[in-house]
Amino acid sequence: MMTKFLSRNRHTVQRLGFSFITLMAVMTVLPIVGTIVYILVQGGSAISWDFITGFPHDGMRAGGILPAIIGTLYLTIGSAIFSVPLGIAAAIYLSEYAKDNQWTRLIRLAIINLAGIPSVVYGLFGLGLFVLFLQFGTSILAASLTLSIMTLPVIISTAEESLRAVPQAFRTVSISLGATRWQTIRRIVLKEALPGILTGVILGLERAAGETAPILFTGAAFFLPRLPQSPFDATMALPYHLFVISTQVPEMPIQIQYGTALVLLVFVLTMNLIATVIRSRARARRQW
Amino acid sequence: MEKSLNWREFVITRAIKASGYSAVVFVLLIFFFLLREGLPALSEVDASSLLDIRWYPIEAYFGIMPLITGSLIITLGAALIAVPFGIGTAVYISEIAPRWMREILKPLVELLGGLPSVVLGFLGILVVSPYLRVLLDLPTGLTAFTGSLLLGGIAVPTVVSVAEDALDSVPRAYREGAWALGATKWQTIWRVTLPAAKSGVLTAVMLGVGRAIGETMTVMMVTGNAPVMATKLGSLFSPVRTMTATIAAEMGEVANGSTHYHVLFFIGMVLFLISLIVNIIASSVVFRSKKRAERILS
Repeated sequence: MMTKFLSRNRHTVQRLGFSFITLMAVMTVLPIVGTIVYILVQGGSAISWDFITGFPHDGMRAGGILPAIIGTLYLTIGSAIFSVPLGIAAAIYLSEYAKDNQWTRLIRLAIINLAGIPSVVYGLFGLGLFVLFLQFGTSILAASLTLSIMTLPVIISTAEESLRAVPQAFRTVSISLGATRWQTIRRIVLKEALPGILTGVILGLERAAGETAPILFTGAAFFLPRLPQSPFDATMALPYHLFVISTQVPEMPIQIQYGTALVLLVFVLTMNLIATVIRSRARARRQW
Repeated sequence: MEKSLNWREFVITRAIKASGYSAVVFVLLIFFFLLREGLPALSEVDASSLLDIRWYPIEAYFGIMPLITGSLIITLGAALIAVPFGIGTAVYISEIAPRWMREILKPLVELLGGLPSVVLGFLGILVVSPYLRVLLDLPTGLTAFTGSLLLGGIAVPTVVSVAEDALDSVPRAYREGAWALGATKWQTIWRVTLPAAKSGVLTAVMLGVGRAIGETMTVMMVTGNAPVMATKLGSLFSPVRTMTATIAAEMGEVANGSTHYHVLFFIGMVLFLISLIVNIIASSVVFRSKKRAERILS
């Protein structure tokens, strides 16, 4: 009798508990979907050919956002140039060469810390090293370098993970066929791990594209009447532009604000989507 | 042929080994430059006025206490939101959700992690804060609470993904053992799976908190930026200003090498040390638990 009561009771508890946890998950996810849909709806009407390809005028209260779009492209590509080769090389070291000792643990600790440093502190560092000490000035170069160091830990850890996922047997066979260690890494291990590495690279760059704080004092310009001409020019950028027009410019038409947010969101979501597709396709095709 | 191959191999191997240490080099470089630009603050402003409760750089008041308390209260509020929701969602994804649901939820949470903080701040200004102002009947919607709410959302993906990893790595045999003893799935989650994943969940919480302390753009846009001491819980509903927002808002306007400039770098140094401590503790927790798991399983 007692046992029966207890057992019914605990199943009620389970049902209640499951509903509660499910509700929490729904409440976590719903605002994400809501945010994206809301911006898509609100910003949709601002999007036109002129908005994407035009320059801002009338104190940025009219016209398009081309220089901000181009600027964000430059910064994203710029940070990729530095962080992708360095990040992949570091991942190869950790997965293929490093022994499990104090030094390797130190590297891992450094990567974890690099990932945790606040973005505005990266901005300070970029200002101190690239803008002032190396005298790059507030420039695309300084901002890209700052962003690239920020994306490095993401790229290293995802690339290492996918390199490690390649079965040891692949390496053994390649070496036994007479290939050198580097040939094995380049032709076998890297090739197999490529989709995973690509996913990590895109996710890292996605973060760089959306960041504002690291470029505030290293390369972002409030307003530029023309596109940047060299890596030593400052540039407008989508996230910084959104910050500027939503807080610094009075009487800013709401349409342009939502439109800018939409373009930034689409930029970032597209990268995210590409990364997700690459990953799931690679998973589906993988035979080991 | 043979010789040139060896030579190339040698160079490439060296380059890869050097790259391996790049992360260490960058952490040291960052710390060095923060020290170089931040330490002069200590000689230009004496320690007691640096710990003062008044931040008003124009008249050379550089008390950073209001900024520290501002960061703390917002982070506390964010943690109160992100920890239960993050762990709840992680439990749902790892233990309760059917497979197809998991395939949808995981990328969605990841997506939240990728949303630019400036977009969240923008929505905070236009949507969240006017709504909260009316709902809570406040003079302004730009308060610490608004910041906490949005920051909670920013910290959630970190908590979810790390906690979910931890729950996932609990051996299936633990759960099966509990079920075999007649425990319900719910009892198993609470008394077996979560306790077994405790250290990983703790790491998730710490990393989430670390993420919240360091967040800049969102808090700068929605917390009103008033450098007043946050001393009681009621301060949650008035404007505050964080360390990160102060740096971001003021660095653009100070003269290089001025006292104000050095103090801002000093604040950056404090932030760097906080994140260093949080991450070292978090990773040592991971390390310990791994060792223990190995012991149990061997």
